[in-house]
Amino acid sequence: MDWVNALVQGTLLGGLYALFAAALSLIFGVMRLVNIAHGDFIVLAAYLGLTVVMSTGLHPLLALSLVVPMMAGFGYALQRGILNQTLGDDILPPLLVTFGLSVILQNLFLEGYTADPQKMDAGLLETASVSLGSLSLGILPLLTFAIAVAVIAGLQFVFYRTALGRAFRAVSDNQEIAQLMGLNKRHIFGLAMALALAVTAVAGVLLGIRTSFDPTSGGARLIYGFEAVIIGGLGNLWGTLAGGVILGVAQTIGAKIDPGFQLLAGHIAFLLVLAVRPNGLFPRVSG
Amino acid sequence: MPDPILSLDGLCAHYGDFQALYGVNMTLNEGEVISIIGANGAGKTTLLRSVSGLLTNAGSQIRYRGASIGNLRADEVAALGIALVPEGRQLFPSLSVEENLLIGGRLNRPGPWSLQSVFELFPILQERRTAPSTALSGGQQQMVAIGRALMSNPELILFDEISLGLAPVIIKSIYDALPGIVGEGMSAVIVEQDISKALSVSDRVYCLMEGRVTLEGASQTISREAISHAYFGIE
Amino acid sequence: MSAQTHTVSRISQAAKIASVVGAIVLIILVAAPWWAGRADLRLMGELFLYLALASLWNLMAGYAGLVSVGQQAYVGFGGYILFALTIFGGLPPVVAIAGAALLGALIAIPVAALIFRLRGAYFAIGTWVIAEVFRLSFAQLSVLGGGSGSSLPVDIVRSLASSRSGRESLAYWMALGAAVLVITVIYLFLRSRRGLALTAIRDNELAASSLGIDIWRTKFVVYVVTGALTSMLGALIFLQKLRISPDAAFSVNDWTAFVIFIVVIGGIGTIEGPIIGTLIFFALRETLADLGTTYLIVLGVVAIVVMLKAPKGVWGLLRERYDLQLFPLGYRVQQDRKTTD
Repeated sequence: MDWVNALVQGTLLGGLYALFAAALSLIFGVMRLVNIAHGDFIVLAAYLGLTVVMSTGLHPLLALSLVVPMMAGFGYALQRGILNQTLGDDILPPLLVTFGLSVILQNLFLEGYTADPQKMDAGLLETASVSLGSLSLGILPLLTFAIAVAVIAGLQFVFYRTALGRAFRAVSDNQEIAQLMGLNKRHIFGLAMALALAVTAVAGVLLGIRTSFDPTSGGARLIYGFEAVIIGGLGNLWGTLAGGVILGVAQTIGAKIDPGFQLLAGHIAFLLVLAVRPNGLFPRVSG
Repeated sequence: MPDPILSLDGLCAHYGDFQALYGVNMTLNEGEVISIIGANGAGKTTLLRSVSGLLTNAGSQIRYRGASIGNLRADEVAALGIALVPEGRQLFPSLSVEENLLIGGRLNRPGPWSLQSVFELFPILQERRTAPSTALSGGQQQMVAIGRALMSNPELILFDEISLGLAPVIIKSIYDALPGIVGEGMSAVIVEQDISKALSVSDRVYCLMEGRVTLEGASQTISREAISHAYFGIE
Repeated sequence: MSAQTHTVSRISQAAKIASVVGAIVLIILVAAPWWAGRADLRLMGELFLYLALASLWNLMAGYAGLVSVGQQAYVGFGGYILFALTIFGGLPPVVAIAGAALLGALIAIPVAALIFRLRGAYFAIGTWVIAEVFRLSFAQLSVLGGGSGSSLPVDIVRSLASSRSGRESLAYWMALGAAVLVITVIYLFLRSRRGLALTAIRDNELAASSLGIDIWRTKFVVYVVTGALTSMLGALIFLQKLRISPDAAFSVNDWTAFVIFIVVIGGIGTIEGPIIGTLIFFALRETLADLGTTYLIVLGVVAIVVMLKAPKGVWGLLRERYDLQLFPLGYRVQQDRKTTD
């Protein structure tokens, strides 16, 4: 029964990883950009949430109403101000610029908040649980998973049923011809980044409630998000959810075998998929 | 005589170090259809790319309704009411037939063209509205490309080699539909390698060779000989 | 009309001068233990090691198009292998360093087979995952100190040289030697046919493959050789530090962030770039290090600005301005000065 419990917990954890991954996937899909600072943006959202909670006394989940628009605005400005200049055929500029951003962010966190681990207090939400047979499911992990599903469904809706989504897909297909339709690609990329950071904001606040974080937490989050995308397959958001779940389950089962083995188990699962199915389990686009 | 809707005044264009257009002069009057003929590499597509804003830095060498548009970006030019049907169709592979048309109409400019009227023009597209655009035949894709440009209700529509790669029977049906498309008071520039088709639908014709205008005349009265000389450069 | 003849040479005037100057500088550097103080000797040794690391990263990213943010995997690997071979294998440290290089090459092979399935930025993150796997794996090995690490036993340290100043001189010379070795290997490689293929790939991968150049194989060789040499450097680094732990061995900041900054600021895709970059980096560090995190933020901002405004780095700017190439890698055509009719 313990193993079933591990499976369930891993699945729910996968929801959080899918949230990390969804934004990464979106950005790569629209503008072929991989943001090395992505994990640090998740942590940025966590710190922003913390600041809002500390200064307003709001519940962390309510703080989202402020953090999401802040992050979205930041994303738009960042894209138009800096990242748009890096886009092109050469892979080095976006990689190195986002790497530089990562270092800057981590040290800004250190300056602003010190190296001490922080955590947001969500009160009863953190310990409340619901019983399902002999299993005990935490409300927070359940909520996180539900939010992940809702977010991915929402992104799918935007991409495939709205004019904005059409614009995203058109620009991703052919930037030049998309402009003939009156699309300003600078603006569209800005909107894509804003949307991605809005999703990241949700991921960051949920992370900050669930576990403690510090200035260097970003690296690991980037890796989990990345692994979920690769396991699931590029270009498929539901696949990313599956990838997150597989990663979460691998980690939880690894932890069951030996607590120190948790992270390594996740990486091994990733490497296995990479070795056997390099395009991921449910690919839609090959890179 | 009212001012021309489009005028090219000594238009030059470069791709890096390579010069493609050497001082092209051209005018288009409102409601007129002109065709541009010439061999491969003559600069025809470059000319259309310059007008539509895909190539910039032309400054006042390109004027639309009197205003310089040579430095405008493609999305700004599109907002003025100039639409391009690009060479090779270039539909969006991630979008269905209907979505390709819808995105063409995103500027919401007023006019007679809408999804419904495009479907009336090309009924086969309504049948295949949800198909991915890449699943269509060449001729059908060309219809989508034309429909996509029409959806923006343009004042000026540019056609870049729409007969390329299509069977003669398809080409004929598209060209038969053309007067109906352009007859609504639109102005058009048709770039073509198929000389007889180009002449059949246009009021005036220009010939380009190696980036220069070698001939200009009325489509109805221009002689075969003059065209051969201008097209091939035979003295 | 007079016949015009041309001579084709590989060396420019500037390169000839530079090689003479370089030889003189090298002699001076070798003699450093006799004229430099202890602290300066340590600093220079560190500089040479960073120069070597940066040159290798530049070979991969600037020439082979393999951008890695996980080279710390090999630095740490080399360090741990050194400890393992000396402590458990009883090998003399210098032999162990060579052993680290060899084992680094061996482990790079399966790693490459895995991560070469990824492209571009995904490849980069893949290298980071590998580094994490290495870190977590070595942290599990309690024989090597597990999570808290271990120190190099005194008798192994003493086996290097009997006196402390002897050990410090030896460490310095090994660092200098490593830097010279790495740069020489890179230079010879780029002059070879494979190296020419690399430059072709860097400039246009599609064209290169249509010429029959086996891109995968060439990148693979570069990755493995870099892994081997980076492991060697790791062994050297931790021989000097005398202590190893997973976090220090596999630190992203120390072995990747700084290295990337050096190459970006100095000039990516040239041999001279990392040299300039290392000098600038150390100059900045000596003047700004007191500022702690601000120093790193400044580095990050400078790297971003350089990447956006001067992507070829400081050396790139100098090279364009003065048409310089100090390491003769290109070909120069000169018209013979003959009088014409």
